[in-house]
Amino acid sequence: MPNPALLSGGLSTAATSVELLVVVGYLLVALLVGLVAYRLTGTDAEDYYLASRSIGTLVLLFTTFATLLSAFTFFAGPNLAYRQGPEWILVMGTMDGILFAILWYLIGYKQWLIGQQHGYVTLPEMLGDRFGSTRLRGLVAGVSLFWLFPYVMLQQMGAGEALVGLTDGAVPYWGGAALITVFMILYVGLAGMRGVAWTDTIQGLFMLGVIWIAVAWVLSAVGGPAVAAAGLDANNPTFLALGSSFYTPQYIISTAVVIAFGVTMFPQINQRFFVAESAAVLKRSFALWPVLVLLLFVPAFLLGTWAAGLGISVPEGANVLPVLLGEYTPGWFAALVIAGAMAAMMSSSDSMLLSGSSYFTRDLYRPFVEPAVTADREGWLARGGVVAFATGTFLTSLTRPGTLIQVGSTAFGGFAQLTLPVMVALYWPNTTRRGMLAGIGGSQLLYLSHVFVPTVPVDIGGTTISLFARTYGGWDVALAGMALGAALTIGVSWVTTAGVDEAAERFAVGAD
Amino acid sequence: MIQMNPSMRAAGWLLTFAVVVAGAVPWFLWGSSQLIGGLPLWLWWHIGWMIVATAIFAAFTRHGWDRYLGGIDA
Repeated sequence: MPNPALLSGGLSTAATSVELLVVVGYLLVALLVGLVAYRLTGTDAEDYYLASRSIGTLVLLFTTFATLLSAFTFFAGPNLAYRQGPEWILVMGTMDGILFAILWYLIGYKQWLIGQQHGYVTLPEMLGDRFGSTRLRGLVAGVSLFWLFPYVMLQQMGAGEALVGLTDGAVPYWGGAALITVFMILYVGLAGMRGVAWTDTIQGLFMLGVIWIAVAWVLSAVGGPAVAAAGLDANNPTFLALGSSFYTPQYIISTAVVIAFGVTMFPQINQRFFVAESAAVLKRSFALWPVLVLLLFVPAFLLGTWAAGLGISVPEGANVLPVLLGEYTPGWFAALVIAGAMAAMMSSSDSMLLSGSSYFTRDLYRPFVEPAVTADREGWLARGGVVAFATGTFLTSLTRPGTLIQVGSTAFGGFAQLTLPVMVALYWPNTTRRGMLAGIGGSQLLYLSHVFVPTVPVDIGGTTISLFARTYGGWDVALAGMALGAALTIGVSWVTTAGVDEAAERFAVGAD
Repeated sequence: MIQMNPSMRAAGWLLTFAVVVAGAVPWFLWGSSQLIGGLPLWLWWHIGWMIVATAIFAAFTRHGWDRYLGGIDA
């Protein structure tokens, strides 16, 4: 049994110790589940990364779902609702509930079918094999790891901010970020996909339960949704009307499309397309998706919205959800919700690190550095890679490079650049290696330049246009990158011929 | 069920999915702040729409899914 005084580093208030004890205790339970799963895990890569392709509906649904449950959904979403109004529910619903579900079929099921035939473990491996190109394989893996970095960092930032909010600053930002980093590393090293999938399921169900209890608690304390709405009407009269100068149609459509397409290329999500036990599992998950999204996001983002009407003030660098719960619910309950959110973030990060490590060892290290690497050595490299990656994201998270929503959407935009070239490859047999390299390379260059090059105002015909801005006329530049990626992939494939080692028939499945 | 030729059926699903995507945000309620039971009407629309989407997705898994990917060649 851990000693709370030790864990809290000698913090004076008993209340803070109780809250920390709940958080650390919860994380330890999650770790324990991972250990049990580890004992059931085989040592080969297919079991470690894919749980031997034996994941059932409930677990697949929740493991994919919990992987989406990140600092982005739990903290950034309510923060945005708190500052700008509840329309974020529509963005997340459209993107996660509808668009992602459709891509789940178009990309996910297709990849599952291909994976069943050829035994692929990662997306870069699948593309590299189809196009007979180690370079393409390395490019896709490298691009994926690059954008994974900010997203793992986001979880550490979220955890750091959450503990600051929960303990009123008694636990410093770096302490919370360090705590989750340690648990992440321990966990992913121990459990593999089966452990991650199991804890994801438990955490998904847990979060679904506590978020509704939190809503009931807050509403009964304030006197019901009508009172909360009246508070909003008084404090932020524009919040309840659909749309605002922030939530423009351009913003809603850009964000929903970019995130939905980006999500499919996240290593940890994409790898889940290979793990389902049967097609029936994929079908059931697909159909349940919109309702599950609704059940989780509506309460979470309404809490953020109501906080604005209730006059909750959120300190700089903290998140609204812990502050609101601290105000209206007992300390232990607030701690439980934060613990649940942190655990969900931990398992999201674990999935990311796990999939990232498979990209690193299988798609970068093995083909480029040491083709004859032994399985044993590869296992150690994967774990070493996880430690290095998580430490790197932790150190970068200390610089607080942006808000959660900025860091998150930048990463989603980067992944979204991969989606259309991959879809072209999945459905158009005439796609060529050069087309893929041009599509992926070109769209990444366009997007990267807009993320990293400072904005340049230019005067064109009397109107000033900001070049290298993240949006043009309210539309996210990531959309332009996606269009360019698709155009280059199709255009270059059109004018080039496939090499002899390109095997289009690899992607031909069933009714095609 | 009415007999449909395969391309009409495919076009039907395509149209259905387009409507499901487009209607998730109630554009026709833009600017409206009408409340029902303390929540905006536009939010109720979205909630209802997502439930309808689940029903449509479930129907697709029974009648469309295998027809287009991975099933036995028709």
